[in-house]
Amino acid sequence: MTDLAWIEGAVVAARPQAMAALLRYFRDMDAAEEAFQDACLRALKAWPKNGPPRDPTAWLIMVGRNAAIDAVRKTSRNAPLPPEELLSDLEDAEAEAAERLDGSHYRDDVLRLLFICCHPDLPATQQIALALRIVSGLTVREIARAFLVGEAAMEQRITRAKARIGAGDAPFEAPGPVERGQRLAAVAAMIYLVFNEGYSASGQAVEARGGLCDEAIRLARLLLRLFPAEPEMMGLTALLLLQHARAEARFAADGAAILLEDQDRSLWNRKMIGEGLALIDKAMLKRDPGPYQVQAAIAALHARAARPEDTDWRGVDQLYATLEIMQPSPVVTLNRAVATAKVRGPEAALAMIEPLGARLDGYFHYHGARGAFLLRAGRRDEARQAFDRAIALANTAAEAASIRVYLDRVSAEAEKTSRGA
Amino acid sequence: MLYAILCYNQEDVVCAWSKDEDDAVMEKLAVVQERLTREGRLGPVARLMPTTAATTLRKDRDPPLVLDGPFAETKEQLLGFYVVDCDSLDGALEVAKDLGKANPGGSYEIRPISLFFPGEAGA
Repeated sequence: MTDLAWIEGAVVAARPQAMAALLRYFRDMDAAEEAFQDACLRALKAWPKNGPPRDPTAWLIMVGRNAAIDAVRKTSRNAPLPPEELLSDLEDAEAEAAERLDGSHYRDDVLRLLFICCHPDLPATQQIALALRIVSGLTVREIARAFLVGEAAMEQRITRAKARIGAGDAPFEAPGPVERGQRLAAVAAMIYLVFNEGYSASGQAVEARGGLCDEAIRLARLLLRLFPAEPEMMGLTALLLLQHARAEARFAADGAAILLEDQDRSLWNRKMIGEGLALIDKAMLKRDPGPYQVQAAIAALHARAARPEDTDWRGVDQLYATLEIMQPSPVVTLNRAVATAKVRGPEAALAMIEPLGARLDGYFHYHGARGAFLLRAGRRDEARQAFDRAIALANTAAEAASIRVYLDRVSAEAEKTSRGA
Repeated sequence: MLYAILCYNQEDVVCAWSKDEDDAVMEKLAVVQERLTREGRLGPVARLMPTTAATTLRKDRDPPLVLDGPFAETKEQLLGFYVVDCDSLDGALEVAKDLGKANPGGSYEIRPISLFFPGEAGA
């Protein structure tokens, strides 16, 4: 790996911690960003010459801070600080800074930085854009591409979001245990949103947005390193890894989505699955279940099945029943019905989703699943009606195509029956 | 003499490698490993999962204390390691506790292995 690639990797990895520390120091988002940029430029000059520092994050924080102070002093005509070329040799100072980084408030710094992006006044998409810009350091161009909007529009959106949260009223005192728990939950939800932006992409957007899944996993790992005993952070990280492991198998060459049961499981990423399974295993030992752990446990049952018919559907059904209690929602029940159909047959699944009709009438997946259950129950005419309704509600060409496969099956079966009669 | 070569690097940097970058590094390493294998000099090789998957057993007290996360003390040094096949983390902790009873003091860090080649040197 070249020097430059290493520096880039180190700077990207250091960004959340460094930005978080600089924000605590300056209490101003723009000042922190400027200081970090400055430090990165200086790293590009200093590191190839002097060799990489022992702790790149500590170096970036110190140099960023000093550069900002230096700028202030210059304007007030005071003596400047020593240049960063000398700083690399100041082992003691660096060690001291590194030690401070290990301090307990350091993890609260990172949590605070992420939490500021989850400001309740901001709509979800703006929270995500802000986190990607400030915490992950993606360029406005990269973020705009992921959201399929122009660069100028995204720039404006981020500027507005920043103005809205005005880090001035951000909570800078150390949070208590309850508050820390609340912040973690809000941040976990935001990370899940980032992941879903990438995961829900289809067609040409897959390439543009796929990086968001990696970024969400990176943020989840970061939080888990800072809060290693939080079972829900283990669950979230496991869930993201287990879902992302299927990325290579989720789409056909023409961009059509491939259902879980039809995916080529040899394309699943075994390394990610291994890590996801290890994390959910570790989380379960805590005996403190939560929605992310339950969803990860469901994904784990799918990941463990070498073939679709090996899936522990009874286990999936039970886990969804648990999730229904923790996080009641018609979509959870609809997902549960898929497992119920496997365990207790399509009529049981139909009985389960019938009450959801009023609330999910405008939902593509409801009619698609209902059609599939009706077809399995041999109620072809009703199945056809449900599939027609699903096609009318399809959001993408790929969704419509997935339903047409079913409709063809309905026609084929009807033909077979009429010929046999 | 058999030597252990222990790999240290910045985890968040390595974890952020794209699949292509990761594959490229593994490919270059494989060239060296293949040579050592041909010469009959390569023993077990393991790539560990990230420290987020780690659990630490402090066996300097009775009963031992199970902590989430990697071993973080700097006053103790790495003196050896085991590779054990277990069904679950719970099973691995049982083994570690048995070992800890035989040799109390210090800690064991339990890390799942993501890649393993048994090797044959010293066998």
